[in-house]
Amino acid sequence: MAQLKFALSCQSCEDSSLTTEEPVSPAQAAERAIRADYSRILATLIRMTRDVDLAQDALQEAAVRALQTWPRDGVPDEPRAWLTVVARRCAVDRIRRDKAREGKEAESVWLLEHEPPEPEASVVRDDLLRLVFTCCHPSLSLDAQVALSLRTLGGLSTGEVARALMVPEATMAKRLTRAKQKIQQAHIPYRVPSDAELPGRLPAVLSTVYLIFNEGYAAANGEDAMRANLVDESIRLGRLLHRLMPDEASISGLLSLMLLQDSRRAARVDRDGAVVLLADQDRGLWREDLIREGVELVGEALRRTPEVPDPYAMQAAIAACHAIAADYASTDWDAIISWYDVLLRIQDSPTARLGRAGAITERDGPQAGLVEVDAIAGLDGYPWWHASRAELLMRLGRLDEAQAASQQALSLGLNQAHARFVGRPRAASA
Amino acid sequence: MPEYVAIVYSKDVDWSHPDNAAEMAEYGAFNEAAAAVIRGGAALYPTATATTVRVSGGKGGDILSTDGPYAETKEALTGFFILECADLDEAIATAALIPAAWNGAVEVRPVLPIM
Repeated sequence: MAQLKFALSCQSCEDSSLTTEEPVSPAQAAERAIRADYSRILATLIRMTRDVDLAQDALQEAAVRALQTWPRDGVPDEPRAWLTVVARRCAVDRIRRDKAREGKEAESVWLLEHEPPEPEASVVRDDLLRLVFTCCHPSLSLDAQVALSLRTLGGLSTGEVARALMVPEATMAKRLTRAKQKIQQAHIPYRVPSDAELPGRLPAVLSTVYLIFNEGYAAANGEDAMRANLVDESIRLGRLLHRLMPDEASISGLLSLMLLQDSRRAARVDRDGAVVLLADQDRGLWREDLIREGVELVGEALRRTPEVPDPYAMQAAIAACHAIAADYASTDWDAIISWYDVLLRIQDSPTARLGRAGAITERDGPQAGLVEVDAIAGLDGYPWWHASRAELLMRLGRLDEAQAASQQALSLGLNQAHARFVGRPRAASA
Repeated sequence: MPEYVAIVYSKDVDWSHPDNAAEMAEYGAFNEAAAAVIRGGAALYPTATATTVRVSGGKGGDILSTDGPYAETKEALTGFFILECADLDEAIATAALIPAAWNGAVEVRPVLPIM
């Protein structure tokens, strides 16, 4: 029962076989329903209380109550409204209990008690954007920006944020506390920046959104290969940003990149939850609507920046080459390699070089690919580098070396869903 | 409204010297431009005039004074402003008008409200 209701309430999972077919315990269903609505409820609570900690604590309290009652009684028909009402009540109680809070708190209480439990879409949108720009305020360190965004916008637990960013949980807890204290004590404003401020504020927001997308897409620490909710959340944020600033090439580029990657969602995981490589994917399952939108957006981004190409747009162009190929064999590797060359010119990174090496492999064979992969410095700690070497060495018949490289990849924490592909074509993990 | 202190770090000079008249005039312009939010402040003599004071062995102990500033840095603490602003963005925008922002650095810190 709870499971069925969850499936209905999860508006963002239209086509996902993942959530509807996988057996889900009532507790898991409750947890997922909470996560689905976490950030928008939190954003509204922060606006009303002007206190990130208070809002988080109140929502946490509501979530705990939900986890106590939903598995028993079933997830309510309107889980978001349920959580909102309970969280607001908790916030009001906390404000009233706390004698130190006076004066302007009366306004918070009034808002908490009188605003409709389901604010208009535009209000929610502004709440989320305000939260985005507060979390990505330049007076916070980049580390803090990313952590805070994942915690509040992504709705990840402190432990999950810590694992995603590969720092100890205690360090992450301190980082989050310090960031929230600074927001509070230095009065970092909770508002969407002015037009003049926007260009300077945008890059941090975009890299944060893309990190959230990647957290959901690659599920660095998860059993299931995709946490659709985070992917949806990041794409939704990307769309919001695009609507707010339709002329920003980097937003079009990022949104395009995310849509094109997400268009493969249904084909990327099989019925058993195992990852399906790009070469083996059933392209009939790719979302044509997302591909069309993504290709259109990348065109928009490229037209807007003929002089200085945008790195997101370049990556989207590469993804578009895959998306429009009728099958793997007819992929235009020449075009992909050219896009990588442009990308490396504006933003040289070891992972982009690895992607280019994958394309070289497909075009010129494993020996040429291995030369490229071995030439990349600085990826010793990156499991996919070892996985790529393993696969290429295997194809070249150098089995002992391949075995050693696979072990390296696994010991560096390649996630379980991906692990079984060590030794298989790498281009496909894209 | 919250208050901030904008701590001015710049080259360590005697602001009263005629050589620095042009820059002092820039500070005068800032004072006028930001009059609405400036609640106080001071320009300081160079760090050569500074004395750093410590008391050894706890309160009431021996007074140890040493010549010079607490920290020797490339840019010195040469002054401060107290600003009353709506939020950190306004404080940052105001601090960006202080000449040291382009000739040195300005550190903006929120003031702890004492009840």
